[in-house]
Amino acid sequence: MSFAPLFLSLEVASIAVVIAGACGIGIAALLAGRKLPGGELLDGIITAPMVLPPTVLGYYVLVLCGRQSTIGRAFESLTGAPIVFSVTGAILAATIGALPLVVLSARAALEGVDPTLVRAARTLGATPLRAFVTVELPIALPAIAAGLVLGFARALGDFGVTLMVAGDIPGRTQTASLAIYDAISSGREREAAFMSGVLTLVGVLAVYTARRLTRRRHGI
Amino acid sequence: MGSEALHVDVGLSLGRFALDVALEVPPGITVLFGPSGSGKSTTLAAIAGLVRPVRGRVAFDGTTWFDAERHVDVPPERRRVSLVFQSLALFPHLTTEDNVAYGIDPGIRGRARERRALAGMERMKVAHVARRRPGTLSGGEAQRVALARALARDPCVLLLDEAFSALDAELRAELGAEVRSVVSELSIPAIVVTHDRSEARSLGERIVSLRDGRVLATDDVRG
Repeated sequence: MSFAPLFLSLEVASIAVVIAGACGIGIAALLAGRKLPGGELLDGIITAPMVLPPTVLGYYVLVLCGRQSTIGRAFESLTGAPIVFSVTGAILAATIGALPLVVLSARAALEGVDPTLVRAARTLGATPLRAFVTVELPIALPAIAAGLVLGFARALGDFGVTLMVAGDIPGRTQTASLAIYDAISSGREREAAFMSGVLTLVGVLAVYTARRLTRRRHGI
Repeated sequence: MGSEALHVDVGLSLGRFALDVALEVPPGITVLFGPSGSGKSTTLAAIAGLVRPVRGRVAFDGTTWFDAERHVDVPPERRRVSLVFQSLALFPHLTTEDNVAYGIDPGIRGRARERRALAGMERMKVAHVARRRPGTLSGGEAQRVALARALARDPCVLLLDEAFSALDAELRAELGAEVRSVVSELSIPAIVVTHDRSEARSLGERIVSLRDGRVLATDDVRG
């Protein structure tokens, strides 16, 4: 039995959650409590992957980032490797899965911060950016971390978009969820059971951790 | 600090009525007195730069902070106006020391910053809770920390928005006396908002009565 798909999944999900975290917190900060023109539309586009079929998302990624697309060609000329049918594609697919969870959590967390605290920071000499970094973000951090943990678990388990965008290439792009499908298809039930068990454990741990983090309060 | 007056003449819509307030606030404590919803807190927010009036002017010592006609609107962080909120708005993730240090000029660093924070805490008698977070402080301690933080900003103008309302009468009188002493020492204009008549009379050198967004009367208590 090969552990490579599990390690690849961990690597892909870790990178994806860092990207989703950086982008997601930034997007959430733009959306939270501020009347950004077109904000609700942007929110809709970001969170739609939670309800859209993976095949639809996979199709869009192939159209936007395929080898013949502008983005795909630019990426390939810069790095020498294509986005699709590579680990980059798997990371992109996992990021798309994780991003809505991060944005939703971070937005709710930032909107939950008492606006008087930000007003107080401003009267104490803080620019809007300093108030965000030193007051809003640290107070919202436990709930944002919960979103990151859930995003990581979601990224770890992505199947549909990964299959369409990165393919199921053993040793290259075959993540754990793809390897489970492969193992079941070819009757390697113990392998499928083991990897399913590991993904289940990570998922349960992630939800448990997220709940613990959102219950954390400052003060006493 | 000098002995300059704060000039306020602002107007904005509050929904139910229009706020239209003109005040000349000399150094010392001016109490803004009136029922809830009369526009007291909004007046303070306009002075601090947290709300934008539709007309008028806010100026201190020859520096214009807001002028609707000239499109001047200095952001709150550059006004040197400290506002103590009714809820106190202490940062829950920071210790007393870090809350107080938050208002100190970022240009002051290291040991000098620590010394300044300590002096601020000692002035308001909260140095013994330096390492504690706001959630663990008593009402009186939290109030003192909020005042220490506001003063650490080295403000030109001090604003207190119903800041003593959650305290019992004894503590309120004690803190009121301390605020009077600090304001007199710094010789800066301070506006204290209250809807409590006895607090207004015991604290203020001047009482400005506000109702439905307009100044009804100005009384010189100590005069």
